[in-house]
Amino acid sequence: MTGSRRVLLAIWDFVVGDDWRVALGVAVAIAVTAVVADSSVAAWWVLPVAVVALLTDSLRRAARR
Amino acid sequence: MSGQDLGLAVAVFLACTVEAVEALTIVLAVGATRSWSSALSGVGAATVVLAAIVAALGPALTSLPIDVLRVAVGGLLLVFGLQWLRKAILRAAGLKALHDEAATFAEETEAARAAAREQGAFDGYSFAIAFKGVLLEGLEVAFIVLTFGANQHRVALAAVAAGAAVALVALVGMAARAPLARVPENTLKFAVGIMLTSFGTFWGAEGAGASWPGGDAALLAIIPVMAAVALATVALLRRAVSDGAGGGARLPA
Repeated sequence: MTGSRRVLLAIWDFVVGDDWRVALGVAVAIAVTAVVADSSVAAWWVLPVAVVALLTDSLRRAARR
Repeated sequence: MSGQDLGLAVAVFLACTVEAVEALTIVLAVGATRSWSSALSGVGAATVVLAAIVAALGPALTSLPIDVLRVAVGGLLLVFGLQWLRKAILRAAGLKALHDEAATFAEETEAARAAAREQGAFDGYSFAIAFKGVLLEGLEVAFIVLTFGANQHRVALAAVAAGAAVALVALVGMAARAPLARVPENTLKFAVGIMLTSFGTFWGAEGAGASWPGGDAALLAIIPVMAAVALATVALLRRAVSDGAGGGARLPA
């Protein structure tokens, strides 16, 4: 494994951690918040709902392992 | 000091305390077994590298436009905070082994005794193990100091909170000359996970253009709600474990 690949993997592991779906879900939730905020609908609730859903889903999968 | 500043200081102090306890165990093991001067040189070198990372990236982050910074910092804090919270919940529910400082100390001591020793006053093994231990544990703290501090333009306050935690743990550890096995690490990690996740949610949504009802005061609702969700999840997972529905083997620490 090359040095740069090792560094990239270490950064990925450091930031993303054990469950990449959580990182992806957070990115999607922030994007959805931005889209909703651009409309006339209140957008503050999107991220808390997404965070609770992502956390419980990740824990459910970890508990099943 | 505003409420957000207080939250910043508390989150950084708690996170730094946990990581400092883990780093102290490694330094104590190599220092007591092989060479205090070489181990402490490793600690000093790692501290310089960490300070350089914060000093270099802090001004770069604070120069970003506030909305870009809040989305980036909010997103990163959320991902990072959810990692901490997920692990803390799994540990509290009995699905993941607790971090055992006494066991880590015994393992590190054994490895330090077994490693070959070179001639001379400087012990490269002690230096390298202490350097690596402090750098790896410290990177998480540097990340939290940078993200929290940059977003509120209070990197110095975050660095002071981190420094206070390191000084406290170092003083207690050096006085005890033993790993701080009685520090409730998982409880601290649980609290840090809740703080990072709450602040990440708040800033991430604000940066994406959302307006919180009540402005900054919304954090006073987000933090207890996150804590309540996390505690309810622990209770549900514990019940699932006791009912035998929680899967098989316990995940490693």
